[in-house]
Amino acid sequence: MATLSVCQPQLGGFSFENCKRNAVLEAEVTKLGCNVPSARKTGTTICGVVFKDGIVLGADTRATEGMIVADKNCSKIHYISPNIYCCGAGTAADTEMTTQIISSNLELHSLSTSRLPRVATANRMLKQMLFRYQGHIGAALVLGGVDCNGPHLYSIYPHGSTDKLPYVTMGSGSLAAMAVFEDRYKQDMEEEDAKRLVRDAIAAGIFNDLGSGSNIDLCVITKGRVDYLRPHDMANKKGVRSQRLIRPVYAVTGNYKYKQGTTGVLTKSVIKLDLEVVEETVQTMDTS
Amino acid sequence: MNTRGLRSQLKDSVPVTGMGQQVGAYGVQDTLRSGFSSVKNELLPSHALELSEKNFQLNQDKMNFSNLRNIQGLHAPLKLQMEYRAARQIQRLPFLQSSHLALDTLKGNDESISFEDILNDPSQSEMVGEPHVMMEYKLGLM
Repeated sequence: MATLSVCQPQLGGFSFENCKRNAVLEAEVTKLGCNVPSARKTGTTICGVVFKDGIVLGADTRATEGMIVADKNCSKIHYISPNIYCCGAGTAADTEMTTQIISSNLELHSLSTSRLPRVATANRMLKQMLFRYQGHIGAALVLGGVDCNGPHLYSIYPHGSTDKLPYVTMGSGSLAAMAVFEDRYKQDMEEEDAKRLVRDAIAAGIFNDLGSGSNIDLCVITKGRVDYLRPHDMANKKGVRSQRLIRPVYAVTGNYKYKQGTTGVLTKSVIKLDLEVVEETVQTMDTS
Repeated sequence: MNTRGLRSQLKDSVPVTGMGQQVGAYGVQDTLRSGFSSVKNELLPSHALELSEKNFQLNQDKMNFSNLRNIQGLHAPLKLQMEYRAARQIQRLPFLQSSHLALDTLKGNDESISFEDILNDPSQSEMVGEPHVMMEYKLGLM
């Protein structure tokens, strides 16, 4: 709305009209000592692993807004196509819009070619779009799926570079999760081993990184079957003292009640109290 | 299209360097039609992506046509550009919404969705162009 009169028809897409005004406002606001509102991020742990028959993707479920948890149970594993799913870290809105746009494009493409879409196609579409916007779209993605050539796993960075690897982690908790992967990853694992490995990796991220928390979501993709396990494991249940998932033996609970039968019972006598009804009143509820 | 129309087509092509200002008669900046100006507005883009986004479609087309010329010879981009030019002429007057159906089909935009389709839909923009001004601009009379 900066021009006096419009000479050419408007184009769609991003409009940079207010950027200068925003820069001026930000300078004024910081001079007064306040903060400009920040975008909601998903300080995150996401990871993926290739096993014998397919892919296991895992993610935590916390979304943060600065120092506050904005969403305790958000869904970070996004649908791209029936055989391809994508975990997203970074700015929450960017990951959601990006994955939705690519999902629509892939659907149109698969309708036009009448074939199941390939993971490499989704990867190329994502990297071309992210490179076009030079990293201003803050979406770090873990893309995984099974197509006609087998299982594939890619990691995509916000500036548009991609890696094709057997196991990847992204997000603020990626180092904790990668440590678990580097220790226990083996080629051609079974499905249960792969699920346990991904769950432990996400749990490492949840317990060691402030930006990740709440539950663990898993998505197992094999040829012809997708298991979307949400939540797969609730690592932080409210009201119960947390138990270490990694060490299975001694669970630390805050429960100091003694078990039944700790002390021996010598005698037991039951005395019934005779109660007679003195007064009975009925109060009707107002259900209008 | 008459020669005046051709001149306005040249004016529409965006130069790669700089933002370009509306120059009226006598080479002086046209305050009535394009508002007050400042040197900073013209020299620097307000966002790092502004220039690259403005020219994105043009640059993509240039790259694709030069690739096509190298692979298949000069006739291929010439024929395609002739079809594009023909499709671009099937439009309503500039202040009305045209569907660009033929042009989109030729370019392949009917099989893809991007931010141009989701954000800032021109059919729902807050500002409506004034018909006389837009026609004068298109015919190169302004």
